[in-house]
Amino acid sequence: MTARVPISLEVNGEPVDALVLPRTNLADFLREELQLTGTHVGCEHGVCGACTLRVNGDIVRACLMLAVQANAASVETIEGLSDSGEIADLQAAFRDRNALQCGFCTPGMLMAAQDLLRQNPTPDREQIREHLSGNYCRCTGYQAIVDAVETTAQRRAGDTQAKQAP
Amino acid sequence: MKASAFSYARATSVGNALELLAAHGDGAKVLSGGQSLMPAINLRLLSPQLLVDIGDLAELRGIELNGGMLRIGALTRHVELLNSAEIAAHAPLLSEAIAHVAHPAIRNKGTLGGSLAHADPASELPACMLALNATIVVRGTAGERRIAARDFFTGIYETALSADELLVAVELPAAQNDSVHFFHEFARRHGDYAIVGLAAQALLRGGIFADLRIALFAVGDRPVLAEAAARLIGVAITPALLSDAAAALAEELNPQEDQQASAVMRRHLAKVVLVRGVSALLGRPELTGVLA
Repeated sequence: MTARVPISLEVNGEPVDALVLPRTNLADFLREELQLTGTHVGCEHGVCGACTLRVNGDIVRACLMLAVQANAASVETIEGLSDSGEIADLQAAFRDRNALQCGFCTPGMLMAAQDLLRQNPTPDREQIREHLSGNYCRCTGYQAIVDAVETTAQRRAGDTQAKQAP
Repeated sequence: MKASAFSYARATSVGNALELLAAHGDGAKVLSGGQSLMPAINLRLLSPQLLVDIGDLAELRGIELNGGMLRIGALTRHVELLNSAEIAAHAPLLSEAIAHVAHPAIRNKGTLGGSLAHADPASELPACMLALNATIVVRGTAGERRIAARDFFTGIYETALSADELLVAVELPAAQNDSVHFFHEFARRHGDYAIVGLAAQALLRGGIFADLRIALFAVGDRPVLAEAAARLIGVAITPALLSDAAAALAEELNPQEDQQASAVMRRHLAKVVLVRGVSALLGRPELTGVLA
């Protein structure tokens, strides 16, 4: 009964079929079976946020979701968001502002930040802090991270206004 | 850490889930959003033989208003409660409390039923159920049971739910025109478990409480309804009366000591949050000074 279970899902737009052990969480499945190692595994109990990714458009903790639960789901990892260019400006803002030191938390931070900007394009610093409150940076570079997210929001708002201008 | 090995079954109906639970007894655990269960399994605090995944059971989702009663399906996710216009209109206490439950990525998966069945004494939603006078609806192979929220929570991670039963919904009376509510928790960081928290639902008529239900959490092995609230119903609230009620509340609580706070600190914070809550419910900021 602890046998492998067949799953079919979509990962970064590509169909994936696999046989997974029930105990395997989504983060380990992506890292070990699909070699998508951008999803980091930190605390493995939902506290640190390093494994944050998107499932059916919503950010979730990949360490608190079993791979079998991702059956029929659409999963987007940091590799997907990075390759598509969706967060190129956010990544550039992180680089420019030195919003990463060791980089371990960065994929999860980018996921959570982009999730916020999709829901609320003009967040204030308090809202940025609140949305990122579930993501730990052990280098404690929070100030720079909030700066980078704020800058990205302002630039996107500026671009939108420029596009709408006659 | 990694979870130990277990088997997995995706329930196809509530009946199917109940059959699986009946067949496996204590060896099975119900997987809903997994935001409390998976940490416990990853830390190997729990090693179930079988996980019964109820995530596909659409019949356990949704929010309905029926004749003044709000029925919320067990699989309703925190994010759905947070964004629901029905909840904002008819149970605004819940809308406010849910913003304090963990973080966005957790709220996207965690469910109301899961949180209640898990029964962490420091979590927000069980206390809200007490304040809102909710009924917990559970189903077993023998049929349905309806349990008052105040009888449902029986200890740390313990409830009146038996191993072969499934929490299917909660029902609570919709807020009335003269309903007021208050929610506050003291936590080290937004989204962390509370050090002390309070959820209150009241009926306010002419500046006097016609009803007042005050639930505290993180002050013991389960959420508790404050008996001291009875002192504040049907009377004009004076600073002396509120001060006495706060003292009575501190007496009736038996808080635990842990890494976050001593019992003395928890008693003190309970008094503070009671005074702030009553003052906010009445719209009388001058009352917050009574503990000074």
